Amino acid sequence: MKRSLPVRGVEALLGWGGSLTGVLLFVALWEWGSLVYGSFLLPGPRDALAALGRLWQEGAASAVLATTWRAMLGFALAAAVGTTLGILAGLSHALGRALQPVSTVLLGIPPIAWIVLAILWFGSGSLATVYTVMATSLPVSFAGAQMGALTRDRRLQEMADVYQVPPLMRLFDFHLPHIASYVFPALITSLGVAWKVAVMAELFATEDGIGAGLAMARVNLDTAAAMAWIVLVVALLLAAEHGLLRPLQRRMEPWRQHGRGGF
Amino acid sequence: MLRLEAVGHVFGRDRTLETIDLTVAPGESVCLVGPSGCGKTTLLRIAAGLVVPTEGIVSDAFHRSAVVFQEPRLLPWRRLLDNIALGLKATAVPRRERLARARALADELGLGERHDHYPHELSGGMQQRVALARALAVDADLLLLDEPFSALDVGLRSEAQTLLLGLLGRRGIASLLVTHDLTEALRLGHRILVMSPSPGRIVHEERVERPFGERDAAFLYEAAGALLRQPAVADAFLFRQCEVTP
Repeated sequence: MKRSLPVRGVEALLGWGGSLTGVLLFVALWEWGSLVYGSFLLPGPRDALAALGRLWQEGAASAVLATTWRAMLGFALAAAVGTTLGILAGLSHALGRALQPVSTVLLGIPPIAWIVLAILWFGSGSLATVYTVMATSLPVSFAGAQMGALTRDRRLQEMADVYQVPPLMRLFDFHLPHIASYVFPALITSLGVAWKVAVMAELFATEDGIGAGLAMARVNLDTAAAMAWIVLVVALLLAAEHGLLRPLQRRMEPWRQHGRGGF
Repeated sequence: MLRLEAVGHVFGRDRTLETIDLTVAPGESVCLVGPSGCGKTTLLRIAAGLVVPTEGIVSDAFHRSAVVFQEPRLLPWRRLLDNIALGLKATAVPRRERLARARALADELGLGERHDHYPHELSGGMQQRVALARALAVDADLLLLDEPFSALDVGLRSEAQTLLLGLLGRRGIASLLVTHDLTEALRLGHRILVMSPSPGRIVHEERVERPFGERDAAFLYEAAGALLRQPAVADAFLFRQCEVTP
């Protein structure tokens, strides 16, 4: 049966521009919502862009820099500590049993509770935000690394026994490449958590940054500015994921690329 | 010489092996054949030193032994040459030298065009050849093979058997090969040991005198038939006497 022209057109668009098509569809939906509900409740994409331009002139760049710094510092600390502990917990059963409940408890504490604690402990400011980001994203990378270390292939271990592979080579040639394939997806999730929590923590704890800008927009009932900040956060998250983590993953896992057929 | 004396093994509550005596002389090819679950893989693991038997003595006077498993067991994140050179890296052979040796082996096993491929880019037959090359790379004088060709289809399996015969013959490597396929054992072995299950024990030994080059299909089927007429062998393969004789 022949499909109609619009259906084929949409299919072609989806196939050709994949994610770009998704973004454009989303923007169109947004524009439509803004037309229906009015620009006070839901400012359209153009209003948000105008607000973004205005914010930029008022010095949004420093806010972006502040938030990026806090989010990335918290994320990097959490990734380093979480991944290391996760690998150790996966390799050693005793350590795994000891750390697993801790990780579950940390995962269960809502980010908002961490912010309250962090403000009480460190006072308002960058440190409270960085700490909150670290505390909330650490269990994610821990769980990923632990799962990776737990799922090592026994048959490859036996092969290593046959060839009397020394411990250090076992770690670098057998364990770590396998663990990396679990750690990267966990890090990407953890990065998303880090951005969101950083903005949320800033809303309560700091005088600058994107979160503080959002707080200001709320006080001024400036919905367009709030939307502009949201656009900015999403853009930053995408830039960090596709500009940093994905290329790193491609570099470290070339064997995952779809390759030359071998038949 | 590899020698197993009165080897027995108990796994949990089950006795998997009972008083097994087995020797492999230098350059000799011994095939262990038996139905699934008769303990032949466990016996191979014991011979490889991967499992310590509950009873009996294992003495291995070979200089170096290597195992080829049922699955290729290659590192998915390493290229073909690095996979072949794995055992050399473990014994700290410098990178340039081990890659040169891996390259020579890859060419000998017909993998010349694919030096930089990852395992998932190779077919099953090629992956198994890489595993074989990896075992040969460490200059093993005893190869322990655990149903290495059972995952290949008939044509590829025959090709792989021919390749293995050539490699073992040229290098004078001894081998202990486990299989559930009688014709495979008859094609590849100087000596065939038939195992019977529960508990695993050797019930029949057969020496094949005919040179490898003259073992054609007709010979293999005839010899397999003759072997199955032995009551102990028929029993091991779960044929009852009434089913074999009309």
